[in-house]
Amino acid sequence: MKKFVIGAAIGLGLALSAFSSAEAAKTLVYCSEGSPEGFNPAFYTSGTTFDASRPIFNKLAEFERGTTKIAPALAESWAVSNGGKTYTFKLRKGVKFHSTKNFTPSRNFNADDVVFSFARQWDKNHPYYKVSGGSYEYFNGMGMPDLIKDIVKVDDYTVRFDLNHPEAPFIANMGMDFASIMSAEYADKMMKAGTPEMVDQNPVGTGPFQLVAYQKDAVIRYKANPDYWAGKAKIDNLVFSITTDASVRYQKLKAGECHVMPYPNPADLAAMRKDPKINLLQQEGLNVGYLAYNTKKAPFTDVRVRKALNMAINKKAIIDAVFQGAGKVAKNPIPPTIWSYNNATKDDPYDPAAAKKLLAEAGVTNLQTNIWAMPVQRPYNPNARRMAELIQADWAKVGVTAKIVSFEWGEYLKRSKAGEHDTVLLGWTGDNGDPDNFLAVLLGCDAVGGSNRAEWCYKPFEDLIQAAKVTSDTAERTKLYKKAQLIFKQQAPWATIAHSIVFMPIRKEVVGYKIDPFGGHIFYGVDLK
Amino acid sequence: MFRFLLARIGVLIPTFLGVTVIAFGFIRLIPGDPIEVLAGERGVSTERHAELMIQYGFDRPIWEQYLSFLTNLLHGDFGQSIVTHKPVIDEFLTLFPATVELSLCGILFAIAVGLPAGIIAGVKRGSVFDHTVMTTALVGYSMPIFWLGLLMIILFSSILGWTPVSGRISYLYFFDPVTGFMLIDSYLSGQEGAFRSAVSHLILPTIALGTIPMAVIARQTRSAMLEVLSEDYVRTARAKGLSPLRVVGVHALRNALIPVVTTIGLQVGVLLAGAILTETIFSWPGIGKWMVDSIFRRDYTSVQGGLLMIAAIVMVVNLIVDLLYGLINPRIRHTR
Repeated sequence: MKKFVIGAAIGLGLALSAFSSAEAAKTLVYCSEGSPEGFNPAFYTSGTTFDASRPIFNKLAEFERGTTKIAPALAESWAVSNGGKTYTFKLRKGVKFHSTKNFTPSRNFNADDVVFSFARQWDKNHPYYKVSGGSYEYFNGMGMPDLIKDIVKVDDYTVRFDLNHPEAPFIANMGMDFASIMSAEYADKMMKAGTPEMVDQNPVGTGPFQLVAYQKDAVIRYKANPDYWAGKAKIDNLVFSITTDASVRYQKLKAGECHVMPYPNPADLAAMRKDPKINLLQQEGLNVGYLAYNTKKAPFTDVRVRKALNMAINKKAIIDAVFQGAGKVAKNPIPPTIWSYNNATKDDPYDPAAAKKLLAEAGVTNLQTNIWAMPVQRPYNPNARRMAELIQADWAKVGVTAKIVSFEWGEYLKRSKAGEHDTVLLGWTGDNGDPDNFLAVLLGCDAVGGSNRAEWCYKPFEDLIQAAKVTSDTAERTKLYKKAQLIFKQQAPWATIAHSIVFMPIRKEVVGYKIDPFGGHIFYGVDLK
Repeated sequence: MFRFLLARIGVLIPTFLGVTVIAFGFIRLIPGDPIEVLAGERGVSTERHAELMIQYGFDRPIWEQYLSFLTNLLHGDFGQSIVTHKPVIDEFLTLFPATVELSLCGILFAIAVGLPAGIIAGVKRGSVFDHTVMTTALVGYSMPIFWLGLLMIILFSSILGWTPVSGRISYLYFFDPVTGFMLIDSYLSGQEGAFRSAVSHLILPTIALGTIPMAVIARQTRSAMLEVLSEDYVRTARAKGLSPLRVVGVHALRNALIPVVTTIGLQVGVLLAGAILTETIFSWPGIGKWMVDSIFRRDYTSVQGGLLMIAAIVMVVNLIVDLLYGLINPRIRHTR
């Protein structure tokens, strides 16, 4: 009996300690969709990689969680001077870098780290420029090498960026992942040790979580940074359980093996809504799916033809069939979640009779053309082939015969960039919440032969977006962009098809999760009940 | 025996060289510019594209690229992934143990179930058991792995809650890999419940991967047994009054095993191919999934390096199978 009592007491003690340790350590498991390509976000462009590096790093400015509003982060404040050509950042004091097996920081974050993080990508003679492949696609893609004239450390807590020309989206760019701040002290140490690439493989940042371990295609483990400058995260451990198949992610969520999953199958949404253990969050995505007309090729040089074809497309039917309801008809080239979205724009109505008439007016009969359909699935277009088929059928009703063309993805991008298409389906997800990131990148004259698949360079539109780019007054910029959207609609270089709705199934015990409009997945500020 | 081994290795060298050509050429035959794929919708400028082509050496003539690939191979250098910038050999070695562990369990499951089922079906030809085994084998053989895998997950993990959905071990257990084999590492870790968790994670992927080889082995064993059982020496053995168990187990089985061993050897290739689907469904971090990702990303160095290593493994396994024949059947001893 005595033995039994002792045994029972030990058992109870163990059970209680197990319970209390489970209580003490909160672990949130996120079933991520793939392996990151690496942990230095400056090298990569994929959202999966940014999700994995974001917990580790901070930027000078960051987007408020769940919004596209930029707010101070490692920079407490900034000032714009010299006609928009100088940005001076006042840095936050007392920010600590993570301590790892290889590195214990001897000082707090300061201006040297900011200069290092940018100079590495900008200065071709920087000792770190070529380390780990030295391919800074976002930094280059955002035009930073030509924009930045100099990066100056004014004092330990002040950094100045001199620009070659005014650039209003510059602060928004500072909130992008390529602008993550790394430790200059760690970089020096690794360079001296002859292992500079360790800076990119075993990252050290100031972020809310610290990397503990990564097993490719299996798991990424993080622990909360106890010294985080904005306060320790509410969860103690963050685990990315890499699960590529969406159906399997859903099964794991149901079984409680993960708390949050991205990119559910549209077919599973109905069951998720009914599941008492799951909350299905949803928000309009920061994206646009479109069909671009090659405006350099006849008859698409004629605005009447483009307008007529726009009027022939039944977009509502596309939303129902392709997005299965998880989308919204697009009328502007920017999504409604971006400031300066022009709600006054009137979309081309679905009117096959009027379309037919307009085509006849333009002298176009028996038009033979093609529709390029992407071979990949994207949030802004979950099934391009199906979308192309629907457009093909709509156009057939107005006497236009379209052949559907598709290539392997790399080839598709290359050929459409070269302007081989008549019409091409593509889309865009915003990077920094600035209208310029859609309007200039996708429709600007500089982007012709690149990401401007309509090959459309229209001076009245271009003048407006260029004027908006160099104005730092947001109200003024809003006016200019709203006008630009009206011109876009009149000229119809694209048929704007849809903005997708992003769904995020989470377990009921997850508290405070907010959908990131940029499509990222952020766990600082999230708790478990 | 030694001369036979030398001759077989002599054949392996030109085969291996041929494989290098296929591995190198295969990924380059698939349309798609690796740099465009890397950049995605965002694209890269023409100048940057040219810079990257030079950086990765893709601007050089194809034969020059091949020769440099071959020269590096001879120095044991498989190159660096153009996506992760990590040495291909490191990535392969990190992921390979997971595939080996899964494949070994898969083949052991296939043999453990397929062999006895095939023997019994052969001996009891025409019985209910025979029909059941053959029907099950046909269904197993015909069922796509991804479908079987998902059905099992829904039934055993979601509805019954018997097994975990996917992965190699519960996230509750964390230890540094020693061998890369989760069963061994979890045992060595000494953490209570870790080994059990690793075993439970292996069950469904093992069945999913092992089902097709199991079906093939069962059918092959049955037909080999049928053939052998009608031989004169079996009738003689029976006439001598040997027990049925001895006739089947010793006299018949030994001869019936020769084609079965060949089949098992050939299943290694099937297992590696099946691992691609199984690893994707069960989030199993092995080389199958890595190869698929690398092909989609047009990661030339990873694909050519990975293919080469997989081909080398299949060749070595087949060599071992050839040598095993001699042990099983003295008539095929490689003496000359």
